[in-house]
Order: sequence, then structure tokens, then C-alpha cells
Amino acid sequence: MGDLKRTGLHDLHEKLGAKMVPFAGYSMPVQYPMGVMKEHLHTRAAAGLFDVSHMGQVILRGEDVAGALEALIPQNVAELGVGRQRYGFFTNETGGILDDLMFANRGDHIFMVINAACKEADLAHMRAKLEGVEIEEITDRALIALQGPKAEAVLAGLNPAAADMRFMDVATMDLNGAECWISRSGYTGEDGYEVSVPETQAVALAEALLANDSVEPIGLGARDSLRLEAGLCLYGNDIDETTSPIEGGLTWAIQKRRREEGGFPGADRIQRELADGPARKRVGLKPQGRAPMREGVPLFASEDGADQIGLITSGGFGPTVEGPVAMGYVIADNAETGTEIWGELRGKRQLLTVTALPFTPANFKR
Amino acid sequence: MKFTEEHEWLLPDGDVVTVGITDHASEQLGDIVFVELPEVGTEVSKDDEAVVIESVKAASDILAPLDGEIIKVNEALADNPALVNEDPQGDGWFFKIKASDLSPMDDYMDAAAYKAMIE
Repeated sequence: MGDLKRTGLHDLHEKLGAKMVPFAGYSMPVQYPMGVMKEHLHTRAAAGLFDVSHMGQVILRGEDVAGALEALIPQNVAELGVGRQRYGFFTNETGGILDDLMFANRGDHIFMVINAACKEADLAHMRAKLEGVEIEEITDRALIALQGPKAEAVLAGLNPAAADMRFMDVATMDLNGAECWISRSGYTGEDGYEVSVPETQAVALAEALLANDSVEPIGLGARDSLRLEAGLCLYGNDIDETTSPIEGGLTWAIQKRRREEGGFPGADRIQRELADGPARKRVGLKPQGRAPMREGVPLFASEDGADQIGLITSGGFGPTVEGPVAMGYVIADNAETGTEIWGELRGKRQLLTVTALPFTPANFKR
Repeated sequence: MKFTEEHEWLLPDGDVVTVGITDHASEQLGDIVFVELPEVGTEVSKDDEAVVIESVKAASDILAPLDGEIIKVNEALADNPALVNEDPQGDGWFFKIKASDLSPMDDYMDAAAYKAMIE
């Protein structure tokens, strides 16, 4: 794994006994000795610590940075309050999604977190399209997520002000002697925080968090099953350059003014789908049997017809659900909750039920 | 007990051979959540796909190590696939095959050779 990049926590992962795998050009922990199942359940019961330093951290500065960014994403940037964060995505000219992201108004700048696999393309896209905006990639800070019902108590132990934050608030705070940029958010469906910390102080902060009995280190394996149960999209699987945000069930993330005004790449298709409904929709899918159905499983309207109606884009076993869970795209006629459809697994068709997302209720601190 | 390069163990009793996966394989696969077993009475050839194991991470195929007929499967795995993690070389067995040709057994490894392979 010599060509792989390492995060600032790499040596700590090895010390903790992680199994390291290549992911988006980085050597990342897929699991620790606890194993994926227990790591998942621990995060939902107490608190899990995730290294997400492979993700891109970017600062955008400029006189009209909000206006410039609104030309690339269909979110309302201009009216996002200071100290608040939003979920968003870059769209392309055909209304597909180039990447999904988080952006925060930190007063004199916007702080953005982008996917590891997309970060070079995102930076090039912004540098080409954002006129009058200074774009700074932050490469000297690690990113740590602390997720789960005990996350608030754990972080408040290092700085009581952490408890005062609401879901999607951002703040600058001292944690363990380090100046941290914190958001109350995450990607597990649980309450929690994402913490940007200077890389030189990241190991000490991670160790301080792990010293709390509530906290265990959690790998990418459980991160994937947690976000799947939470109904959250994995870029490249559940959304990509061909899927529109309306098909992807992300209409909620496009604020009213932007829906009406347009003015972002692909607005033609996105506004048309808002008015007429999309041809296909991302839905939750619950296999009725015990066998997991994973990405790539084709979906059919009947047990024996050649009538393919969709495809699974993410699937696996949900430890909290205690059974298989999946999501994927189906044509709109088959997208209603409760519809029974068939997935072809190893040559045999097996029933799935279209199910409302998330599979596990979100536990955010609104 | 004999071992294959595919990390299966084989325990012969006359011409009936019990098949499972090794402690090492179970550890590598991680938490097992589903096991698809063959139907009793199925005739299999060596290297046919006989069992599918789903862990939280991925699906893996287990190949028939011998030619023969599946005469018994471990029904307990349907309700409790975690048996493969808890006791892979005992209660977590997959199936019993009535071998029509036992000669491949001679080529499979003994415990010492298997241990050397995984180290």
C-alpha cells in the first residue's frame, strides 16, 4: 500500500489494531478488533470515533462568495445564517450530481467538506467556475467524527459549550488545547459532531476522546452500514453524474427560493422534474428473506418477467435492523411505500418491499 | 481433519465428509449474517459453488471440495449464521457430502501444512 496517502491518525489506527484497506487513494481503517457489527451497534448505543480526514476541507473567501457558489449548487447559500451548516451538492449541466457536500457559514468565509474521491475534481471545478473567490484547500487539519447518543456528553467533557450546539450549528472551540472547527452533524443518523483539528494535535484529541469509556474507534465498514440504515446516500453508489437530486430523493435539500429561481447547472431538468415528477426514484428496499442484496442486484416487477424496473445501488446487512437493508432506483410507478418487487440474486428472484427511509429513526438534536 | 487452500476443513467418516470453514477464514470474513446452503440430495462436482456466505462486508463462495451428494446440511445456520463465527470448526459446519471419489483428500493439507500456509 506504498502509494496510498495516510491521514494524521494512521499510526493510531495501526496501534488500535485496525485492518487497513485502500479507500479513495488513502489507507483507511475498515474495522478494528471489535468488528463491523459491534462497532455499528456501539455507535448507536454510545459513541463512535471515526477518522474522516480523507475528506476534503476547503475554505472559500470573497466579496460575493455566496452568490458565486449559488451558481454551482442549488442550495440557498445567501441566507444561511452565520454559524449554520447545510447539506448540498454540485450539479452538472444535465442535472446530475458531481459530488455531495456540507457547507457552513463561518462569518468571513464558507467552510466546505467534500468527498475524498471527488476532491480534486471539485477543486478544479470551483477554481474554473468561482470568479472572485479565493479557494483554499486545508491540508494541515484532520477531520474526526464523534457520533452516537453519548457524543454530546463526551465532547462536553472536553468543552461544555459543545452541549449548547444544535443540529447543523458550527462553532470554533478549544478541545484538549486545540483550536477546533466543530459542526453538530455527521453521517450515521445519530446525534454527533464533526471536528476539524490541526493535524499535529489530532492524535492527542483522538486519544483524549478514546479515553472515555463510552467511545470506541469505528471503521469504514460500520460507517457504511450506519449511513445505509440512516437512508443517507453514498456518492458514486446512490447518486452520481446521471442521477438528479429529485430522482435521488434530495428535493428537501433544495430550498424554496432556488427551486423557483433556478440559476444553477441543470436547473432545466431539475425544475421540470419538480413540476412533473421524476421518471425513477431512489427508495428504501427491505429484502423479505434473510439474504443481503447488495449494489448491482437488478429489480423486477414480477417473479419471472423480463420487466426490469430498477437496480440496487447500496445494500447489505443492517445490524440495528437485524436484517438485510438496501436502497436503489425504481421507476416511479413502483416507488410507492409497500410495493412488493423482486430482486435477482444468484439467478433466483426474491421479494423486497419498498420501504420509507430511514430504516432507523434519526436521532438528531434539533 | 484435512484443509484446502480455500480455507475449508474436511472431516471424513468413511465416505461421508463434513465440510466447514477454518477459524482463520471465519476471522477474515468477519461477522457472518447469512449462509445459503445447498439442498439435500444435490449432486455436486469438485469446485462447484456449494455455499454462499454473506458477511457484513461481502458475499463469498464456498466450493465443493469433492465430487458427491450432499446428504445433510447444518439447518441451525438458517436461524443463527453467527455459529460460523462462534465455532467454525465445530457447530458452524456447513454440510456433509457422500463422496463418490475420496482421492482428492490425499492432496489436501494436514493441520501443520495449513498452519504454515496461513502464517
